[in-house]
Amino acid sequence: MAQRTTEVIVGLFMIAGIAAMMFLALQVSGLTPKAPESSYTLYANFNDAGGLTPRARVSMAGVTVGSIREISLNKETFQARVVIDVNGSVDNIPADSAAVIRTSGLLGEQYIDISVGGDTESLDDGDTFYSTQSAMNLERMISNFASGQ
Amino acid sequence: MEKLAALGRLGLEIIASLGRSGRFLAGVLGGVSKPSVAFPLLVKQLYSIGVLSLAIIVVSGLFIGMVLGLQGYTILSDYGSEAAVGQMIALTLVRELGPVVTALLFAGRAGSALTAEIGLMKTTEQLSSMEMMGVDPLRRVIAPRLWAGFIAVPVLAAVFSVVGIWGGMLVGVEWLGVFEGSFWGNMQASVSFTSDVLNGVIKSVVFGFVCSWIAVYQGYDCVPTSEGISSATTKTVVYSSLAVLGLDFVLTAVMFGDF
Repeated sequence: MAQRTTEVIVGLFMIAGIAAMMFLALQVSGLTPKAPESSYTLYANFNDAGGLTPRARVSMAGVTVGSIREISLNKETFQARVVIDVNGSVDNIPADSAAVIRTSGLLGEQYIDISVGGDTESLDDGDTFYSTQSAMNLERMISNFASGQ
Repeated sequence: MEKLAALGRLGLEIIASLGRSGRFLAGVLGGVSKPSVAFPLLVKQLYSIGVLSLAIIVVSGLFIGMVLGLQGYTILSDYGSEAAVGQMIALTLVRELGPVVTALLFAGRAGSALTAEIGLMKTTEQLSSMEMMGVDPLRRVIAPRLWAGFIAVPVLAAVFSVVGIWGGMLVGVEWLGVFEGSFWGNMQASVSFTSDVLNGVIKSVVFGFVCSWIAVYQGYDCVPTSEGISSATTKTVVYSSLAVLGLDFVLTAVMFGDF
């Protein structure tokens, strides 16, 4: 084989290796998460975000309709502020719906379930959920039960 | 008494062989050629060692990733946490299976070929005639092959991990219906670039170096007969596999062990 062809193929080989490293860095270890296409943003404030993680799913009636973009602490109210990306096709969530943190299975990961309200108005891009329900904390429940509250 | 002497001879032979391989390595790494001469030789070896190994690496990676996806899903779905299958596949591949399986396949696919090639060159006295012509066979023949293996194995390991993760995603997400966001989200939350991905790369660099060293040394040091070549080829595969598995334990203990 001609030297030039070999050099080109080896160059492609090295590029494949670099591309693989880039994939491992960006997609697998998540140095920069990719933005989902066609979605709008909602906010929810929780007293306790529990074990919720970014990119966890957001569902309505058990159907996945979006994912969590980021979780941060609101320094004024000391609540967890969760940024949710909802699929653009689901554009009629009633404005009085509640965001509830649930756990899938006994040991599964936590996700947000949108409990549907009855309002005729719907949530728009940038709106915040009016009511939320925080993560179930087993230890707190047990200690509340033990102290008779 | 005769048996004791045989044991002693064996011990001396092993130590002498280790010493020869060390001096051999120093000779190969010490002799620096001109880049204009060395580069085309290196490219040619990278092609035959690296590029031609891609097929077996990609196919093995794909199937190992798919099997990990299936097995992980079956076990994790018992606990309702099948979304963790992504993190299981990624950690397994990046930390362990990527570097180790790549090195084992490399030893079988390329290492044995290197040994046989160099062994035949020695048997047919091509290496000695090079020396007669004033060409250093260590620089001309051995060094490009050693460096090519050293460079190719980390690249192959990265490709292996990526293809494996893709295969696991194919089974987990496309086939068994794990939510894609949780698949990648759990993976990204648990895989850290420095402690998982880079440690995996360090492992594959070490394995690549050891496998190519063993392969070229066994070829260079073989008994110059057809039997000698065949036993050297066998030794390459056996020693490389043992060295990779043993070193993997040591490296894992140093990188991930808490002590």
